Amino acid sequence: MTLTANLASRLAEVIGAHNVVSAPEELAAHAVDALVPQMIARPTSAEQVTEIVRFALSEKLAVQAFGSRSKCEMGMPPARYDIAIDMTHLREVAHYDAGDLTLSVDAGTPLRELATFLERHGQFLPLAVPCFESTTAGGAVASGIDSALRQQYGPVRDFLIGAEFVDGTGQQCRSGGRVVKNVTGYDFHKVLIGSLSTLGVITRVNFRTFPLPAASGACLAAFANWQQALTFRGAIAMKGLPLAGLEILGPSAAEILGAILQRTDANAAGLLPADEWCAYCSYEGNEPVVARIGAELKQSAKDAEARECISLQKSADEPLGGMLREAYEWLRWASPATVLHRIALPQLTPDVLGELEQFAISANLRSALLIRAAGVLYFAVFAETEGEAAWSALAEVVGKVNKLARANRGYSSILHAPAAVKTRVAAARIALPDAPLQQRLKQAFDPANVFAPGRIVGGI
Amino acid sequence: MPARRVSHYSGEVSPQLTPANASLIRELKRLLGPTNVLDQSEDLILYEYDGSVEKGRPDLVVFPHTTAEVSQIVKISNKYGLPVVGRGAGTGLSGGAVARSGGVMIVFARMNNILEIDIANRRAVVQPGVVNLDITRAVEHAGLYYAPDPSSSKSCTIGGNVAENSGGPHTLAYGVTANHIAALELVLPDGEIARIGTLHGDPAGYDMCGLFVGSEGTLALVTEITVKLSRAAEAVKTILAVFETIDDACEAVVEITAKGITPAACEMVDGWTLCVIEDYIHAGFPRDSGAVLLLEVEGPREAVEGQASAIDEVCARCRSREVRVAKDDRERDLLWKGRKNAFGAMGRLAPSNYVLDGVIPRSKLPQALNRIRELAKQYGFQIGNIFHAGDGNLHPLVLYDPRDQQQFEKAITVAENIIRMCVELGGALTGEHGVGMEKNELMPLLFSDADFALMRRVHDAYNPDSSLNPGKVFPLSKGCGEIRIRKVKESGARV
Repeated sequence: MTLTANLASRLAEVIGAHNVVSAPEELAAHAVDALVPQMIARPTSAEQVTEIVRFALSEKLAVQAFGSRSKCEMGMPPARYDIAIDMTHLREVAHYDAGDLTLSVDAGTPLRELATFLERHGQFLPLAVPCFESTTAGGAVASGIDSALRQQYGPVRDFLIGAEFVDGTGQQCRSGGRVVKNVTGYDFHKVLIGSLSTLGVITRVNFRTFPLPAASGACLAAFANWQQALTFRGAIAMKGLPLAGLEILGPSAAEILGAILQRTDANAAGLLPADEWCAYCSYEGNEPVVARIGAELKQSAKDAEARECISLQKSADEPLGGMLREAYEWLRWASPATVLHRIALPQLTPDVLGELEQFAISANLRSALLIRAAGVLYFAVFAETEGEAAWSALAEVVGKVNKLARANRGYSSILHAPAAVKTRVAAARIALPDAPLQQRLKQAFDPANVFAPGRIVGGI
Repeated sequence: MPARRVSHYSGEVSPQLTPANASLIRELKRLLGPTNVLDQSEDLILYEYDGSVEKGRPDLVVFPHTTAEVSQIVKISNKYGLPVVGRGAGTGLSGGAVARSGGVMIVFARMNNILEIDIANRRAVVQPGVVNLDITRAVEHAGLYYAPDPSSSKSCTIGGNVAENSGGPHTLAYGVTANHIAALELVLPDGEIARIGTLHGDPAGYDMCGLFVGSEGTLALVTEITVKLSRAAEAVKTILAVFETIDDACEAVVEITAKGITPAACEMVDGWTLCVIEDYIHAGFPRDSGAVLLLEVEGPREAVEGQASAIDEVCARCRSREVRVAKDDRERDLLWKGRKNAFGAMGRLAPSNYVLDGVIPRSKLPQALNRIRELAKQYGFQIGNIFHAGDGNLHPLVLYDPRDQQQFEKAITVAENIIRMCVELGGALTGEHGVGMEKNELMPLLFSDADFALMRRVHDAYNPDSSLNPGKVFPLSKGCGEIRIRKVKESGARV
């Protein structure tokens, strides 16, 4: 018996043979940045998750928890990775109080299932994240990926009210609760957001839910240049128009998405004009509110010299809005080797946009820009081929983007990059400004480094 | 020679200055100037309590003006082995700013400058001693405001708000302090100065602000805060709904919540409390009602109209006697003045009052208020109810005379029963006041040994010697505890 087979059989003794997988093809499918685990554990309860973590601790193995694995390539390459924990078999709604608008679900519950469940009660969870059809509630939290509804409902930290998780000592812990207002104890559930499961394995998440809006609307405005598009964005902010979603696509992003819609949906085909900046706005409320916001957006677009601003019928809005939610997906797969940056700046200026585009041009690479809610910028850089030259060029752009973000008192992270590019970036040893404090947090949660280390920038 | 080494605080330490502290006082006076150090007992006595019923006298009180001074104070205190406690305006209600084991109290009142206002990006950088409402006053000319609005917003400081993750009536719609903080500058227990968070507000790496906001001064001192500013709503309507019974008012809150009507604030005041407030404020509240709801709806004009009429319908269905909309700003301000000064009004009726803070699921509101009524009857107390009904955040107010030992004991028993009820109904120990030294012994009602082990590891990662705000948040005794002030009374420390 090989060492790996021996380990797998011992884990099987702990959680049952049918819950441990070591078939090579399945292991390969669970690779993270080309690192293949030795086994996959499929727990069916939180107790089994603790057993797996304790087993890993005793064997000095590194674990990485996943939901649907749709965002497993976020983060830096793990330094070690032995056991993949597949959380998709924990998928029960543990608690739902429709009258209190609170929900507690197992981490592996798919968001699509939750949406269907909540819709029956006239409610929803504003977690409009990419790969929506497969993403799990725990995965959405652990990835911290942007929600397309953030403009109105805020990031997930604004409506995650509690969590249960297994920490790095193999203990089940909890934070927060099931009430909408609570300051009892340290807010550990907040640090789990975007932690990529490096602090603990999330087993359950508690949310505040929201009533489905009575009416909704959407419009799409086209601008000749970014100055006009940013003027439009500024006018929306100044007027305080309550938008549910706001996405501004640069011409390249519009072209990529336009081509996808052309292939996939007749109702949305041809919506996105070539060579223009497109602003998509969605809004909700009662009928009079929706009518008024639509009218005000049209006026603001006109004031900003939009070439056109059209109201979208539901048949066109659903595919277009749906695909904008999926921006992470279609941007990262738009070339053989893509780096997708997420840049958060206190202020978005035309200069910054110009410099970013210039970084790509000077490296002889294509790029695409997408300005998202709360001023978060997605900047994708595309290499047409894989290989050393492409990876070096991409890594060089990453370095420049980081510098630019910091010079503008902001921060850039990588949502997606080929493993070879990530390795180069990791070698540059970019440290977070508060890295020592973050390191202490990791050490407290996971003293033995059992949760795949290295995935947070700076080697945490 | 250290005067007192605090390590893993495990019990009361009686404040006592030793001769070694004479040189500490000299060092601090040299650093800050003599007017920024208090060491006389007649001065220190003013800083031995906060807005709660807790007491603990600091050995020294200091008033820094800069982050560098705070860092030096911490280093000097460490040298003498004295714990350090941060304090804003001292309006907290859980003993968070009480020097439980003596030591050096850093009062941030003189670090009260607004350092930077960025209207375009809706950010302000402020020192911790800035009064909550002063942030709004500084930006309201541009149509902006700082959203969290504790009842003490005219006096409480933003630093204290950050430590306690404070709420307020309008947090129903806009969230508590944590939702409005982008970045912090900290002084760690070893005197190191650090920054967490980003100017944008999204975390880089782990959400460190999410951890430090609400950590009740047990992980670091906050010396600079970047707050997010909100745009004032286009339209606001303040509604007073009057009910014959508390049950009807509760039913209205449950229905408003369940129907997905989202007021910006939804406060309940029972009929008895309302009379006390009216005698004090003369806000025009009815004197013969069972309860009122004070609701506020905000947003675009059309949304406000829609929400106001939906609330009107629900209240009518729940047998409201009257639904009144404030005619103008003056009337609106008066209604809110009545709400926000309620605790002060209570001072006219009893020598002391104990403001509780517990949270329940909103759907359990009728059960909770019934139980509070039963407990009041059982123990012979008048318990007022004035609270954030919209988010299930109860504030029962127990009037008692602390000089009467029996009454005092009973008041504490009632309080404990109410907090335990909150937990039994699926709620939490505190919605906005914090755990502090009031409820640390009740923490085991919600958290397991494993939870505490993790909390302790995180605490020790930043505050390994418990030199910062010792004796808070964590239970000191084994097993399910009790509200702390009982102990204090028994030990005779509390008057």
